Amino acid sequence: MTSKDIVLDHVSIRFGHYTAVDNAHLKIKGGEFFSFLGPSGCGKTTLLRCISGFNDPTEGRVLIGTQDMKGIGPNKRPTALIFQNLALFPLMSVAENIAFPLEVRGVGKKDRLKRADELLEMIALPGVGGKKVHELSGGQRQRVAIARALAVEPDILLLDEPLSALDLKLRHHMRTELRAIQQRVGLTFIYITHDQGEALTMSDRVAVMNKGVIEQVDPPETIYNRPKTSFVASFVGETNAIEGKVASQTEGVVALDTQIGRLTGRAAGGRSYKSGDQCYLFIRPEQLKLSENQENTVSAQWIKEEFEGNSRQMFLDAKGVDLRLSRVNSGQSPEDLSGRSVSLGFAADQAIVLPHGDLAGA
Amino acid sequence: MNRGTGGGFVAAGFSLLFFAFLFGPLIIMVITAFNSSSFPRITPWECFTTDWFGVLFGDNRLMGGLLNSLVIAVGVVAIAVPIGLAGALALSELGPKLRATLYTVLITPILIPGVVLGISTIVFWGALGRSVGAGYGSFFFNGMFLTLAGQVTFISAYAMLVFMARLQRFDPLLTEAALDLGATPGQAFRKILLPFLGPAIGSAAFLTFLASFENYNTTVFTILSDSTFTTALASKVRLGTDPSLSALAVIIIGITLIGAIVHEAHARRQEALRTGTAPRSRVYGNPVLKTLVHPLTVFILLAGAAGLAAYLGSQHDASACKAGILEEKRARQQQLLDEQRKRIEEQRKQAAPTAPSAAPGKASPSPFGGAFNPGSLAPNAAPAPAAEPPKSNSPFGGAFNPGELKPE
Repeated sequence: MTSKDIVLDHVSIRFGHYTAVDNAHLKIKGGEFFSFLGPSGCGKTTLLRCISGFNDPTEGRVLIGTQDMKGIGPNKRPTALIFQNLALFPLMSVAENIAFPLEVRGVGKKDRLKRADELLEMIALPGVGGKKVHELSGGQRQRVAIARALAVEPDILLLDEPLSALDLKLRHHMRTELRAIQQRVGLTFIYITHDQGEALTMSDRVAVMNKGVIEQVDPPETIYNRPKTSFVASFVGETNAIEGKVASQTEGVVALDTQIGRLTGRAAGGRSYKSGDQCYLFIRPEQLKLSENQENTVSAQWIKEEFEGNSRQMFLDAKGVDLRLSRVNSGQSPEDLSGRSVSLGFAADQAIVLPHGDLAGA
Repeated sequence: MNRGTGGGFVAAGFSLLFFAFLFGPLIIMVITAFNSSSFPRITPWECFTTDWFGVLFGDNRLMGGLLNSLVIAVGVVAIAVPIGLAGALALSELGPKLRATLYTVLITPILIPGVVLGISTIVFWGALGRSVGAGYGSFFFNGMFLTLAGQVTFISAYAMLVFMARLQRFDPLLTEAALDLGATPGQAFRKILLPFLGPAIGSAAFLTFLASFENYNTTVFTILSDSTFTTALASKVRLGTDPSLSALAVIIIGITLIGAIVHEAHARRQEALRTGTAPRSRVYGNPVLKTLVHPLTVFILLAGAAGLAAYLGSQHDASACKAGILEEKRARQQQLLDEQRKRIEEQRKQAAPTAPSAAPGKASPSPFGGAFNPGSLAPNAAPAPAAEPPKSNSPFGGAFNPGELKPE
């Protein structure tokens, strides 16, 4: 199956003076699993509703295939949206829910119930067609919603945080399931989430949004390892942000004067900085080491430690800069550092220097 | 409260009083319907009779009014429910500020006294009718139409309130989901919103029907020279009441009871089905009992019982008993007459021996003209009717004489 490409051509969506989406410009390839990742209120749901036809772009165009979608209502677009609360019809049985898109297209009762059975088979829920929606568990409803959306074989499936209402175990299970369904049916999935774990595990590519602006569009690994803005660096994954001024740059390595001394990191994306530029240096907790044999060393005061099962999170204070260090749980109790002053270090190529900008959660 | 706290006696007494207060009038009303006394009362008990039902059904004005009421009520349901639904839908689509304003406007007819609505309905439609030059035969001056119009103005607001309560629980995302899945707005309304509103449509229809049927304040004005059930009842009561009204109460109470019991059977069955306890339940698990407590069975049984009672009642002939009562009354009257005659006789006898001694009295006549003579009270000695007033001594010169107005 070949799905159509989706092009957002300089799309802006405004409500009065409020800009929900600002100049979104990207192309989603047919058959891709594409995620929009961002904190709540960043405009990702508005963008999704714009693609499915509930909002019109204030500026720009939405193209599906080569067709401009302007003036085409949600019921006439080749998209199917899975709502955050799933929006299954409570008065209908499971089979009637799945057959609804066929019913409104005038497909006969026999044919549409047969199709519903096929879809139930596909989502591994055979035989529940006669049940009411409220008799199903959260994960089952999830799959029924997907089956309903797939009933008329749309080109594009849009998913609006469909996993947020599920418990952790189920969420992890559904991630794999969704990815498997997507690969099986070969549709374009556009997935909206504020959960970076979901975005990173399932997607072919991720667009990170902040305040209506798409900050970076890249495959998950690139997003995590080579963020292009300070917002992306701080939003995706845990990180330590250390503010400073550029002292010098030699090739890709930037030296930064910070509160806790001169630190070096690599310049993201081959940028060049002038000395005196306000910058952030980002270093992941797992890249911080409890050793002094590193290019950068910092001394810090132990504050507290949290046990998270697979890792230990150590919270430290280095002259007013909060630092976080993550150690893999080796199964043995490590040296007790409570209340002590420790030395930390990290390699310069593990740290990223990015221009001053928004930080997530700040 | 329980026996341990010493509240048992008080609580029981209070409950008894409470129920006596609630149901006492109804019970007495029901009993009076079967007493042959022509005034609704329990004592003295005369005869058990079902004749008052016959009197009720024979009352043309009341039965005509009942038909009018039913026609108007059906019309009001047919108009007020869609209007109420439209109003509720409009309110649910508006922004909060406009919604508050429109809500106040739409709800005002409920707050205005029914009398005012009634009068303004006549005035409005009358003025409208005259302005288009319609005659008195046109619908602008038709009691049925005016009543329909007047009732719809405020009963639609009731329907709207019912729909608003239901719509508040509707998730608008469901409509969006339907649109997204390819439904047209019309299909989304018919297949998603309307089924959701189903129960509300039912209760709104029931509520509007009752509100229309029992309305008096507005109807008494708008019905003009016609009459509905309520206005006919009211005028009947004004002229003097008889137990046929009690008979009517018996019928209404019977219908209400049947309705309530069937509804309860339905509610319990739904609850058992919904919670899934039905197969394990003692009643709903048993195939015979299950059929027996099905609302339809319950309805058929109760309706059958009511029908049987009506049939037996119609066969009951109280004329023998009534004749007996009449005979008894006549005998009692006769007895009273006899007693009186006997008393008079005795008085005469007592008077006769004293006659000689009274003779001097007659010779020198009493100043009261013998008015206190015992004999003067005898039936045959009734005083002559008051003399007509002399025509000439009116201070108005006889201007108010009936004859004065005759053309000369």
